[in-house]
Amino acid sequence: MCLAIPGKIVELDAENANLALVDVVGVRRKVDLGLLQDAPPVPGDWVLIHVGFAMSKISEADAADQMRTLTMLGETAAAMEEVRGYGLEEDPPEDYGKGWKQ
Amino acid sequence: MKYVDEFRSPELISKAGEEIRKLADPKQHYRIMEVCGGHTHAIYRFGLKDLLPENVELIHGPGCPVCVLPMGRIDDGLALAAEPNFIFAAFGDMMRVPGTHGSPLEYKARGMDVRIVYSPSDALKLARNNPEKHVMFFAIGFETTAPSTALTLVRAKAEGLRNFSVFCNHVTIIPAIRAILDSPDMRLDGFVGPGHVSTVIGCRPYDWIAKDEGKPVVVSGFEPLDILQSIVMLLRQLRNGEAKVENQYKRVVPWEGNSAALRAMAEVFELRPYFEWRGLGFISQSALKIRASYAEWDSEQRFIVPGVRVTDPKAAQCGEVLKGVLKPAQCKLFGRECTPEQPVGALMVSSEGSCAAYYNYEHRKPVTIASSMAV
Amino acid sequence: MATPAAKIRFREPQIEMAHGAGGKASRRLVEGLFAPLLFGASPGPLGDAAHIQINGTRIAMTTDSFVVKPLRFPGGSIGELAINGTVNDLAVSGARAEAIVVTFVLEAGLPTEILEAEVRAMGEAAEKAGVRIAGGDTKVVEHGAADKMYISTTGIGRLLTGVEISPQSVQNGDKVLLSGPIGDHGITILLARGDLDLEADLRSDTRSVFPLVDKLVQAAGAGVRWMRDPTRGGVATSLNELARDCGHGIVLFEEKIPIRDSVRGACELLGLDPLHIANEGQFLAIVSSEHAERALETLRATPGGEEAALIGEVREQPASCVLVTALYGGSRIVDMLVGDPLPRIC
Repeated sequence: MCLAIPGKIVELDAENANLALVDVVGVRRKVDLGLLQDAPPVPGDWVLIHVGFAMSKISEADAADQMRTLTMLGETAAAMEEVRGYGLEEDPPEDYGKGWKQ
Repeated sequence: MKYVDEFRSPELISKAGEEIRKLADPKQHYRIMEVCGGHTHAIYRFGLKDLLPENVELIHGPGCPVCVLPMGRIDDGLALAAEPNFIFAAFGDMMRVPGTHGSPLEYKARGMDVRIVYSPSDALKLARNNPEKHVMFFAIGFETTAPSTALTLVRAKAEGLRNFSVFCNHVTIIPAIRAILDSPDMRLDGFVGPGHVSTVIGCRPYDWIAKDEGKPVVVSGFEPLDILQSIVMLLRQLRNGEAKVENQYKRVVPWEGNSAALRAMAEVFELRPYFEWRGLGFISQSALKIRASYAEWDSEQRFIVPGVRVTDPKAAQCGEVLKGVLKPAQCKLFGRECTPEQPVGALMVSSEGSCAAYYNYEHRKPVTIASSMAV
Repeated sequence: MATPAAKIRFREPQIEMAHGAGGKASRRLVEGLFAPLLFGASPGPLGDAAHIQINGTRIAMTTDSFVVKPLRFPGGSIGELAINGTVNDLAVSGARAEAIVVTFVLEAGLPTEILEAEVRAMGEAAEKAGVRIAGGDTKVVEHGAADKMYISTTGIGRLLTGVEISPQSVQNGDKVLLSGPIGDHGITILLARGDLDLEADLRSDTRSVFPLVDKLVQAAGAGVRWMRDPTRGGVATSLNELARDCGHGIVLFEEKIPIRDSVRGACELLGLDPLHIANEGQFLAIVSSEHAERALETLRATPGGEEAALIGEVREQPASCVLVTALYGGSRIVDMLVGDPLPRIC
């Protein structure tokens, strides 16, 4: 139930608005956009593909956000340690807590 | 591959592994269930258990739509398609699942026209291209896949394509989770929630698990970093004594789900009063059937279904493994009478069945590998 | 010698497609039925080619058959597969192919132009590979009894000096070399069949690997312990067979395995493991650690070997298994293929 892969919309089908050609690192297939008809994707958008249907649009912003959170794992704790060492708890660094955003 | 490779970054995976080790209280033993078979497969395929401390245990849940399909339904589907002008179309996952008299591939060897399709729309295309044949699509899957079947039926009806029908075995995930939590032998601390099912149903359907059962749920993606981050989030909740639903897979899962997909499902499907789940018994309101308005395209309303009930061999402990009560290797038949080549139960055939995943990827790993590979 | 009383260990009532897929089922058929009846009580490990002594000269001999659908695909056709496949079987057993004889089983009704195209392709492939087509046979069967055409070949070759291929010579610490990217052929065929509606800019990698083998043997000589061309069943099946035969473990480094983006994309989309996909223009070599670096450099410096890579090593554990490790520390066992690789959606 779970194999779904990100792909990029290359072009919409000329005859059928529900179909689009999607590319996954050079492999191309016509994908049905019917499940995204409330907010149809356009060429350049990335979608999640499952059994030949687009299930969801992929949010670049949320992906980047997640990457930031993961990159900061462990660093916020280290920052806290350092801060405690200097006795500066009342004035945390400017970007303190950013890594905790869920 | 964009949106894939970033979530397999070795450096970030190490960090996440470290964070898990820091968060896991050495005095506790955490039991976390991943519901979805796709997660089970990913955990073994990426060797993620090698990265977890001893006291964080992953329990495999029943979210494998092939595994929970009773053998009788496979027999029924194959019996329906036994007519000379029928084409039996199904996903690759179904092809080796044993029915009483053989699997679809074995039926193919004996002359049945059996085709593997990647999409239900490919099955519809087969019907268009073979007007003198009847194409029966054996549909399986949870809510991830059901909308695609639904939309395909909508299209079939709109086209008036009569030589196409669906034998529907779609099941829903919430009743399965309820059955797990109702099980007396189960002690679980939290859930890794099914990310792709949630693209359709959203995150609200899991509220009761947090509110009523007091267990945290983190809806998770399928790349190594997704699963590890979800475990981090679960451990944080557990350490803070919290129990809420969180969405780790934000880049793809909308909190409210996909309304177009839900509408398509509502148009075509209704809930069966009850359905038999292999290993879990009869569960009410847990499976989908095709509405009367689409009767022409429902194999069960159009043709006579034998309605075979086949009980699993007593020795096979599929039910307990499905519920996570037993680990695959604890089933008496595992690796002996039951292997991927001669599977007794569907857990060994389906690539995301916990028995197959464990057998294929893990059980011959030497115990020392984990320590030698530690980053 | 096999006696009339030799018993078969193959218990299955009928032959299935899986028995021809090159994985576990094929092995059961060969070891359980063919071997006891044809090769006597202890046949030894089954290799790609047989070694025969005639009046002191060591000759390698191999046979193979080619059944592929569709007959023509991007990068080649059944004719080229037949020639290159035979040349490669001889090459990886350490021999230079000298001559091939060919049998055609043709379906009545086959258009002549299709046959002509394949025979031309075979002639060209043979010339390119430097091997002589010495003769052949033809049979025609009724319409429906053969999928247009089946080709069977038998090739003989002269063993190269200084190389002794055997699984028994494989030792802990030896390195696993691969000549180039995996999966091109199998995925090309899968896409060419058209059932999955996928398109990609991919071609079969069919070619003779002898020039590369030749250079490898010159560079590493007795340091080359074992070679195989990973056709049906892929790299995983070939290495599992070796692991079983030599008793050691083989550890592969996932990040080192060369694979084209589009092959990877198709595998991810369909839920296939690239290690199980057929290759028709690559080979694996187990080389002693002293020779490995030089061997790799030599391959990379040879035309056609630019993407060669060191993808793993032989270790004591996990015994008789193949383990794939990832950079971040996770690992998984990879087994022989059970049947044909099937796309999955779960």
